[in-house]
Amino acid sequence: MSEIFNQIDWEAMKVAIEETTYMSIISLLVAVVIGLILGIILYITQDDGLYPNKVINKILDFIINLFRAIPFIILIFIILPLTNLLVGTMLGATAALPALIISSAPFYARMCMIALNEVDKGTIEASKAMGASNIQIITKILFPEAKPALISSITVMGISLVGYTAMAGCIGAGGLGNLAYMYGFARRNMAVMYTATFFVLVIVFIIQGIGDYVVKKVDKR
Amino acid sequence: MIELKHITKVFHTQKGDIEACHDVNLTIHDGEIFGVIGYSGAGKSTLVRIINQLEKQTSGEVIIDGEDISQLSTQALRQKRTKIGMIFQHFNLLWSRTVRKNIELPLEIAGMDKELRKQKAKELIELVGLQGRENAYPSELSGGQKQRVGIARALANDPTILLCDEATSALDPDTTEQILELLKKINRQLGITIVMITHQMEVVQKVCHRIAVMSEGRVVEEGHVKDIFEHPHHTITKRFVRDISNKATNNQLNDDLKAIYPDGILLRLTFDEDIARQPIVSRVIRETNLDISIVSGNLTNTVDSSFGILIINVLGGSQEQYHHIIQVFKDYHVNVEVI
Ligand SMILES: Nc1ncnc2c1ncn2[C@@H]1O[C@H](COP(=O)(O)OP(=O)(O)O)[C@@H](O)[C@H]1O
Ligand SMILES: [Mg+2]
Repeated sequence: MSEIFNQIDWEAMKVAIEETTYMSIISLLVAVVIGLILGIILYITQDDGLYPNKVINKILDFIINLFRAIPFIILIFIILPLTNLLVGTMLGATAALPALIISSAPFYARMCMIALNEVDKGTIEASKAMGASNIQIITKILFPEAKPALISSITVMGISLVGYTAMAGCIGAGGLGNLAYMYGFARRNMAVMYTATFFVLVIVFIIQGIGDYVVKKVDKR
Repeated sequence: MIELKHITKVFHTQKGDIEACHDVNLTIHDGEIFGVIGYSGAGKSTLVRIINQLEKQTSGEVIIDGEDISQLSTQALRQKRTKIGMIFQHFNLLWSRTVRKNIELPLEIAGMDKELRKQKAKELIELVGLQGRENAYPSELSGGQKQRVGIARALANDPTILLCDEATSALDPDTTEQILELLKKINRQLGITIVMITHQMEVVQKVCHRIAVMSEGRVVEEGHVKDIFEHPHHTITKRFVRDISNKATNNQLNDDLKAIYPDGILLRLTFDEDIARQPIVSRVIRETNLDISIVSGNLTNTVDSSFGILIINVLGGSQEQYHHIIQVFKDYHVNVEVI
């Protein structure tokens, strides 16, 4: 047993865990903010929305679909020049961020729009009848009422981001994916591969656990 | 005073234009409870939504206290709406807020500060009788309690008008009664003008001073409830009046019968024409071994059909046997109603 553990470079494992966590959290935060903004715009510009605008709605809808359609692994290469421009390098955990964000923000925008559309139209009607402004409707009605769905989408996105970081790892972004690939796969060190996988699972379960807990807390339906 | 002048509303849909309101003229006086009754699709909701401009009329004027509110700026209209409360069939409460927070919502929207909001919410909770439930979430309330929250919320900014769109249609008869009592109390105590939209004649009969009957977007009859009840002119009005008097006589009859026949169970059997001539009752007696006494019967025979209603008293059985006899009648395709 100890023989197997001895094959593992624990220092490298620790760094990899940190890198994966860093990539996941930063890209998650930025993607949620961008996705939320795009999602609201998508929602309010719908035909029966608060600020109907066909042109903006159609363009945004198209862009979001476009970026969601490009497979992540291809997206990384497509945006390499942009990455270089933004972070000054094409290697390392930070270099993976633009691709991670660009691939997940549109996903969150879509989830956000769906969540907002699920808010009972009657409550929006009631708040209009109370004299609420559109901003008040968004902040006092839409967000609070859509909160459980918005949070569970963050969970879903967080988990898929962990998966993406592993893919990014294969092309030099570091993290657990990189470790599993470089040492585990390429050098046939099975112990490293399984241990890295184990930690990926741990991160995924933690995200799921936190997400479920928060949703349960805020959902008063 | 609310004056609706030549209100017409046309919805342009893919299937064509729908005229939800056609040249509606109504005057609703301060402090009165005004009912608008009509069957589903008559245009009632559209009309009431035009009063607070949730819907813009295609033509016509909405004048509230001398002011044409369809001419107001967005800002001024929002201000005006704080003085027009509205309650709904499905309550439209925020599930994410407690009772108190739901009631505070319109106050937050109006920009009232926290302490005043709290105080106001407390008063409203007392007014609608929800003391002790302040911190409950809507999902923890009964339908009647939810509507009480809806009413408190609608009254938060001290409106002069309260619009009710089918406010009791999702409630059972007892709860409906309580909510109507509450609305009457509010009308009396606060002098608020109430506009009641409903398809239930009992509702207007119980609370409204004057009513308008709507059909296919038009007001077909208007006047004091009593006059309309006693002298309905339009076919639609007659139908409403007939439905409610049937219901009332049936209820009265049922109560009387129950007093006369306190034992066993009373069943109202309705026979269709093709089964009315069969000896069903004697067969059921034989099959169930229960005693049946006939309370009243009404069979209409024509040359080629018969249709009948029979009220019977079933005696001397257990609860299970009563269930059984009901089932046996149903197996013979008899419509059974337990009185
Ligand atoms: N937003 C809308 N778009 C299209 N048609 C509508 C809309 N609202 C109501 N209608 C139509 O207008 C008519 C009247 O509807 P409504 O005012 O809801 O009637 P009621 O409240 O008396 O049942 C119906 O035929 C309905 O289908
Ligand atoms: Mg309606």
